[in-house]
Parts: sequence; structure tokens; C-alpha cells
Amino acid sequence: MGNMNTNDTANGTARGISTTCVHAGEERQKEASSITDPIFCASTYTFADTASVIEFIEKKLPREEYGRYGNPGEKVVERKLAALDGAEAAVLYSSGMAAVAGLLLAKLNSGDEVIFFDECYHRTREFCSKHMARFGVVTHQVPAGDYDAMEAAINKNTRLLVSESPTNPHLSVVDLERFAGLGRKHNVETLIDATLGTPYNVQPIAAGVDYVLHSATKYLGGHNDLLAGVIVGSEEKLEPVRKLRGITGAVNSPHNFYLLERGLKTFELRMQRHNANGQAVAEFLHEHPRIEKVYYPGLPSHPYYEVARRTMRGFGGLVTFLIKDADWRATADVVDRMRIPRIAPSLGGVESLIEQPLVMSYYEMPVEDRKRFGIPDNMIRLSCGIENTEDLVADLKQALEG
Amino acid sequence: MKFRTRAIHVGNECDPATGAVVPPLHLASTFVQAKAGVPQAYDYARSGNPTRSNFETTLANLEGGTHSLAFATGMAATTCVTMMLSSGDHIVAGRDIYGGTYRLLHNVMNRLGIGVTLVRTDGDLSEVLAAITPRTKLLWIETPGNPLMSITDIQACAAIARQHKLLLAVDNTFATPVLTRPLELGADIVMHSATKYIGGHSDLLGGALVVQDKALYDKLYFVQNATGPVMGPLEAYLCSRGLKTLELRVREQSRVAGQLAHWLSDNPRVARVNYPGRAGHPGHLTAARQMDGAFGAMLSFEIKGDYEAAKRLVESTKLFALAVSLGAVESLIEQPASMSHASYKREDRLAVGISDGLIRVSVGLEAFEDLRDDLDQALVSSLK
Repeated sequence: MGNMNTNDTANGTARGISTTCVHAGEERQKEASSITDPIFCASTYTFADTASVIEFIEKKLPREEYGRYGNPGEKVVERKLAALDGAEAAVLYSSGMAAVAGLLLAKLNSGDEVIFFDECYHRTREFCSKHMARFGVVTHQVPAGDYDAMEAAINKNTRLLVSESPTNPHLSVVDLERFAGLGRKHNVETLIDATLGTPYNVQPIAAGVDYVLHSATKYLGGHNDLLAGVIVGSEEKLEPVRKLRGITGAVNSPHNFYLLERGLKTFELRMQRHNANGQAVAEFLHEHPRIEKVYYPGLPSHPYYEVARRTMRGFGGLVTFLIKDADWRATADVVDRMRIPRIAPSLGGVESLIEQPLVMSYYEMPVEDRKRFGIPDNMIRLSCGIENTEDLVADLKQALEG
Repeated sequence: MKFRTRAIHVGNECDPATGAVVPPLHLASTFVQAKAGVPQAYDYARSGNPTRSNFETTLANLEGGTHSLAFATGMAATTCVTMMLSSGDHIVAGRDIYGGTYRLLHNVMNRLGIGVTLVRTDGDLSEVLAAITPRTKLLWIETPGNPLMSITDIQACAAIARQHKLLLAVDNTFATPVLTRPLELGADIVMHSATKYIGGHSDLLGGALVVQDKALYDKLYFVQNATGPVMGPLEAYLCSRGLKTLELRVREQSRVAGQLAHWLSDNPRVARVNYPGRAGHPGHLTAARQMDGAFGAMLSFEIKGDYEAAKRLVESTKLFALAVSLGAVESLIEQPASMSHASYKREDRLAVGISDGLIRVSVGLEAFEDLRDDLDQALVSSLK
């Protein structure tokens, strides 16, 4: 399916994904005739004289003014990200959390309510339930995949429905059209965190979702060497979001604009490898006698397999699994025996990363809460990079059997 | 471990101080010393820099070598090799070498008393044997050759070099270590313009040498350190980042190049296609032996039209950018007669097979259908 067309909003013609990755959002003829975009490090932009300042203010001329309000490199990468998601616009932030916080702050007022599927990234739910709560925003959480419960929670104050898809670390998959339809029916906006899905595997905008969030630190940047977040959607809906970013200042940096743009050039290639590695590793683990359970939407045993097959191009590089009859220590031994993946939080880069959620993210949480979050002691999360499949499978084999 | 796994992990050890999964970028020009006169791993950045060393370590591993040196440009790397020679020494080089190498040998090294003879290195190697004199020290080849994609048999050259006690240096820029590893075929030195596939994104200049012999490395390092054309830290970082996707890029770009070559060969407006992956290419069998599973992402073709028609063609593509250089994610197109080989006299150019209607293409990462459609509209509009 490598050549499904995406809409290149830069020139309005349908092109292959890799062509979009390489060219979308860029001017064909760049400054100094350079083939790549220059990095503009400038914090501010000069005006020739007072008259040109006044002309800029009165006529709203499209030009740069001050780094917090915009940067030429930022515009290029925002256009490229929007094109990959088949959206009109994108607003880039210094991290994924800065992006979602920016959207929530721009869209919600005191008294408004938000409903989350409860497998959404826990820091996002925490930000809304603990911090937006101080501004009078009410947060509801319903079980992931329970559309009836979500609909029942909607009232006249509801402004936003939020989910991640696939979720982390359980890889539950949202039926995007059903989710978006719920929002449309009740005139409530919808947000999907598609960080794990990526624009290669899922297209929430085409399914009718209003906003898509990505932690671009993951697959979009792809090299574990930058932090970035982005909200994509329509120009009209994102205009106030972009304006607020100029006020609160959670912008990314010129060097990151460039590294992200550069990373996106190989996005389709990388995703094809991540998908292939994820699928092969999941299948290997599924057959292995030491494995109790594998969470991967590309396995027929996964509860969301049918939804995933219908709505996703591939199933990503993240594989979560449980070691059979293992306590936390025996599980940690498997993690420690792995030679290729490094032990670290994060995911989506060319280097494989591995972690035991109990230790990495929930170490200080009481056991009852961990149970409620579905984080057993014997769970391992592996973010498959783009190394050779045989090497990753051989490494897992020796770690499980050693 | 396999090539791609090594490209990601060798030379990219986690930072011991912080655990950072990507090694830090060291911009320092100098390094604080614990004791006077006791050498540490790094002292001054011209002599060595941790970020540059990481890139060198990865590249040496991928080429099947033991040591590597990173340079400011490919020409700086080539110059370093020739600077090992002495007045009175002689070089035998392939006829299809890069024009910059030709200029270095003929307009610079000649002033230092170093002789050079250019010979055909594709097909049988009789011209190479005939050119070797007792003073010959270096055999320099490039494969695939530019712009006709001529193929030189590296193993056969290595046998000649061994027999005559010459150093064999191979410019491996077009093939990359993904497809060809000359050191494993008996070459002494591999040279790269890292600006091309290794960097891969048209956003840096760089060069590199890779060897398997510590004594040869020491000689090259001495010249590099003495003359100073080292790769900058930012470029070394971007090269390391580029290596992580090198195999993915080269295999995919080669696959699309093969599809384009096939499509062009059936096109009534095209007279000839030069691509080593085509069975009719004179170097096809050698290429199939020394290139690992693919034939590279460079190709050239002759249109059924004159100099002006070829000029119109390269100016009328909408996706292919009109530019020299190659090896990046963006597809590039050029007319050798007016651009990369414009310095040749027309008769000399025609004699080596570079016709007025020759077009050279560097296939990027775009989708095959988009590139095909772009070439199609350019062929139609320029050859009415």
C-alpha cells in the first residue's frame, strides 16, 4: 500500500506519500537557490523603516516579525505535517504536552467539560483533571472503546471528546469514524492523539476528527534527537490556537524545525520498517512458550484486530507483552538481558527502546492503582526501531531463553 | 549483526554521563588536559573530536574496514590520498572518474611532479596494465562511473594492484557500502563523498576514507592532521544520523531507479538507457557480482534529440530539481554536456560517450509514479 495518495496542500495535487514527505510544504525555489531550507536562528526580524512597520500592522502583510510569532522554518515543517495528515493546517510546539496543553487552553473556558477514553496518555488526562480543573474545566473519563458510556457522559457543557489511538501501552484502537460521528451528532469537537498511529498508519482527519495531536518526538522526528509536538486541523479552528501559542510562547526551536523536516523526508521508509519489525516481533512473541500475552493490533488475537485492520495501514513498532509466571524481578531480567534495545522511556526512533512500565512509569504508584491502569508487574513494552528484523527477533529469543 | 542494525548502533554508544540515547554533539575546539605532556583521547579538534570519531567508527564498520577518517569534502579526502605520494610518483586512474578528481590530478598534483595516466577501467583491464610503470604507486577507480554508469571490476583491479605493489583506491560514492564494500574485494582505500548518500539529505558537505590497515591509516591520519581539512562536528552528527537510514534509502532509491530505467527503455523518445541493472548494460554481470542485490540510484539516458532539446528537458521537470550533486532524498536532473562535464571540449566529450542529448538523473525517495509522470511530461514537452 506504499503509494496511497495523500493530499499535498502545497500544490493541490495528489502525490505518493514519500513524495509528500520529501517535497510537501517547501518552496520549490528557495532562498539563495538552496536545495534545502536554511535554518533561521534569528530571534527577531528587521523592518527597513517606520513606514514598513506601519504597513505591516495596517495591511497585515504576511511576513515574520518576532520569533515567538513565527519562523520561516516553522512554517515549512507545519505545512509538511499538515500535508501528511491531509489537513489544512498544523501548529507546532516545543513538545507533545505543550501541544495538547496549548489546544485545551485555547478551546476551553470555565464550566466546559471534556470526556476522555481512559487509556489516553496519562499525562494528558492528568493535565486536564488536575490543572484545567483549577480553571473550572470538568474532566470525565469513560472506559476506552465504550462509545455508549462516552455518549451518555455528553451534556450541554461538553466541548471536547479525547482519545489516543492506538493507546499506550495496551494498543487499543479507536473506531475513528464512530468516534468522530459521536462528536458531530452532539456538536462537540473531537481530538485524537495519533502519536502511536502516525499519519502513515491512521488518517483521523479523513475520518472526520477535528484535531489530531502528535508527539513529533516519536515517529515523526524519528531519530530520538528532538522534542516536538503538533496539533493539526482546519485553518479556521487552529487560528485561535496559533494566536495563543504566540502569547504563551511554547514554540519549538529553529534547529528542531530543521531536524524535524529532515526526519520527515524518510518518514514513509521508516514507518514501513517499524511496521514490519512490530508485526514480526509480535508474531514471534505470540508463539513463544514464555509469553503469557501479546498486545499488538496486527495479531488476530488482539481484541481490536478487526477495527485495526479496517482503519490502519500498518500497526506500528510498539509491542507490549506479558512474561508467563514471572514476578517483576524475573521480568526485569528479560529486559536486562536484551542487547540491542536500550532501556529508556520514549518510542518511535530508529533505535529500539525497551521498558518495564511498572519500573519506568508506575514505580511509585500503589498496587491497586496499577491494577486499575492495567499495568501488571510482568509487562514489557518494546518500541521496535528500524534495525534488521532477524537481529531483533534473535535478541528477544536469547533474552527469553537465556 | 546485520548492516542496518550496525548502522544504528555501532559508534553510537549511549552517553555514559547522562544515558542520552543519542551521543551528544561536541562542538569544542579544544579539550582540557589532566596533565602536561600526557596524551588523552582528545586534545585539539583538528586531531580528533568525539562526534567525528563516532561517525568514523560507524562508517569503518559498515565498509568492513578498521579505521576511517572524515573530511570537510570528498575532494579533501581524495587530496589526502594523493598527498601521501612523492614527486616522481605516478597514478593510473579510470577515465570515468569524477571531474573534480580529474582537475586535482591534472592541475594540482602535476605541479608537484606527480604523473597521471587515465585509462579505460570498464571491460578488460589491458589499458590499466599497459599504463603501469615502475613509478606507479596508486590505482584510482570509481564504480559505477559517471555519467555512463560504467562498471569496473574491483576484484580484478585488486589482483593487478597486488601484483604490481600499488595501492588500490576506490571511490565508492555511487555504490555506497550498502551495495559494494571494496575493502572486502581487495581494495586498500575506500573514498566517499559523504555529501551524497551517506549524508543523504543534500544538507552537508563531507568526505571520508576507510582502510583495513593500521599502518596505512597512520600515514593518512598524519596527512589529515598536518593539512587540517577535517569534517565539522555538525556535519559529523548529521552524517551519523544519515547512516541510520542509509540502507533503507539506498535500497528504495535503487528500486525506483530500476523501475525508471525499465520505463525509459520502452519510451519511444529515448534512444538509450545507461543503468547497470539492465541486462544489456556492458557491465551488468560484473555489477551483479560486486553490487549487493541492487544497482544504485543513478542512471543516465540519451534522448532522441539535440543539445537544445536536452536542455529544454532538464529545465522543464517539475519534481526533479535541476542541479548537480546526487544521492539525496530529492531527485535531481542535469545535462552533463552543459553542466557536470561542460569543462570538456566537445570532441573529447563525444569521444568518451557523453553526447549532447545525454541526461543524468539522481533518483531520490519520491514515489515511482510521480517521478515517471514528471519525466514523461518533460520528454513530451521538450521533444515535440
